[in-house]
Amino acid sequence: MTPAVEARGLRFSYPARRGAPARPALAGVDFQVAAGEIFGFLGPNGGGKTTLFRILATLARPDAGSLAVFGADLATQAREIRRRLGVVFQSPSLDQQLTVRENLVHQGHLYGLGGRDLDRRIAAGLERFGLTERVGQRAKELSGGLRRRVEIAKALLHEPRLLLLDEPSTGLDPGARRDLWETLEALRTSGVTVLLTTHFMEEGDRCGRLALLSRGTIVAEGTPAALKEEIGGDVITLAGRDPEGLARDLAALHPDLTFAVQDGAVRLERERGHELAARLAASLPGRIESITVARPSLEDVFLRRTGHRLYGEEEAA
Amino acid sequence: MTGAAATLWRRELTRFFRQPSRIAGAVGTPLLFWLLLGSGLSGSFHLPGGPADVSYLQYFFPGTIALVLLFAAIFSNISVIEDRHEGFLQGVLVAPVSRLGIVAGKVLGGATLAWLQGVVFLALAPASGVRLTALSALAAAGILALLALSLTALGFAFAWKVDSVQGFHAIMNVVLMPMWLLSGSIFPVSGVPLWLGALMRINPLTYGIAALRWTLSGPAASRGSGLPGPAVSLGVTVALGIAAFAACLWATRGGRVE
Repeated sequence: MTPAVEARGLRFSYPARRGAPARPALAGVDFQVAAGEIFGFLGPNGGGKTTLFRILATLARPDAGSLAVFGADLATQAREIRRRLGVVFQSPSLDQQLTVRENLVHQGHLYGLGGRDLDRRIAAGLERFGLTERVGQRAKELSGGLRRRVEIAKALLHEPRLLLLDEPSTGLDPGARRDLWETLEALRTSGVTVLLTTHFMEEGDRCGRLALLSRGTIVAEGTPAALKEEIGGDVITLAGRDPEGLARDLAALHPDLTFAVQDGAVRLERERGHELAARLAASLPGRIESITVARPSLEDVFLRRTGHRLYGEEEAA
Repeated sequence: MTGAAATLWRRELTRFFRQPSRIAGAVGTPLLFWLLLGSGLSGSFHLPGGPADVSYLQYFFPGTIALVLLFAAIFSNISVIEDRHEGFLQGVLVAPVSRLGIVAGKVLGGATLAWLQGVVFLALAPASGVRLTALSALAAAGILALLALSLTALGFAFAWKVDSVQGFHAIMNVVLMPMWLLSGSIFPVSGVPLWLGALMRINPLTYGIAALRWTLSGPAASRGSGLPGPAVSLGVTVALGIAAFAACLWATRGGRVE
């Protein structure tokens, strides 16, 4: 079966400008998304997600590499791709001066829809997203959550086979976020492929498969469970005044364990972490300020692969 | 392409009529210019070699309509920059729509609005001493349509390339405003220093104003003003429209979208 998306060796640099050197944003990205899955790109801001999203949305062309959407090549068949693509941008694409209905009508016309067919699709979209009563309201009068719903209804109007979403949860309250994910699940069930970018770990956890994107490359890829499994057992994090010295002394006392200093804390991965944590705390009394034992999260996977945190500073890609 | 152009055209009109302050800005300012400058200069103005009864209010009238078009063209193209910032444009650019469709929709939308405002102003002609007949009004409306299209398209070509509304205003002030100032709108070609006359003769808008003057007042009003003949005026005006539209297509080629 043709994959929904197939990318090979995507590279992209922002050109040099007034003294600032050229800035590489993607340094060779390969991935495949199967039809009917929810695939996520998880990474910090500045890691290359936005650039990748712009290429997927046909708004930018890669410097090198190829991208195919349902077999249509970006270099030669961009128009074909656009027909099959629904795009939900992070910044709203609604016309604030127009009503919900007018926004949808214009969208339909842009995709060559019209007449009764368009009316039917608009009515169905409004119904599906609980917007029927908002139809006459101007976009600027809607709340952030409602606006996002209109955005999604708009992107789905022409029944795309692939829905692209850029940071869809940003600016949504928890209720709206839950609604959003129910929608995405329902879409997947109905055969739509969903591809999204996010910097929220919890959102990454809900994807069927995800790729961790850091400094323009994919550092890990798989189901959330498989990614976390590579960290056997629990993650123990020890904080102290001098993490380097602390790691050295702990290693001397426990030669069978591997301690790593990452992001200003001593970390190790181990099964039955709670038992070990007690032993470690007792071995250097007074030196350890805090000790935590946790099930591995995607953030741990990210940290292990890149050496820095997901929520740290923005990456200077 | 036609569906996209038509829907973008309609959107321009809908947005305009929801922002009444735009109408006031586009028609109000030229009206003030016309009344104040026209009345103030009436005493001292004399069209060289022309009939003595051409008042400045009358002379300045075609130029004022051009100013209405100019302001309308500038205002409507601000929406190009707003669309980019508000994100509407990106939604259009990911749709299976050609750049020609986008340009046609936006430019024709803006030009239609400019034309409507120009036509409204045209109704003031009798107050300036210009007597309109059905034929001259129709001809003037036709010239206004050409000029509206040209000015809107010129503005669009710049607006597409500019990042901020402030930057756009700055460019308009050094491109479109001087074009208007040197078009024979406020002073005739005859009697100006040689260098200024040369500038006015290479300014394509001069020919648009001349064509408008012809349709409104006939040959009498333009006698002695150094204006080009009607055929040349019309030809240059059509050429300006085509060139401006081509400039838009050139500006939107490639994929500048951020």
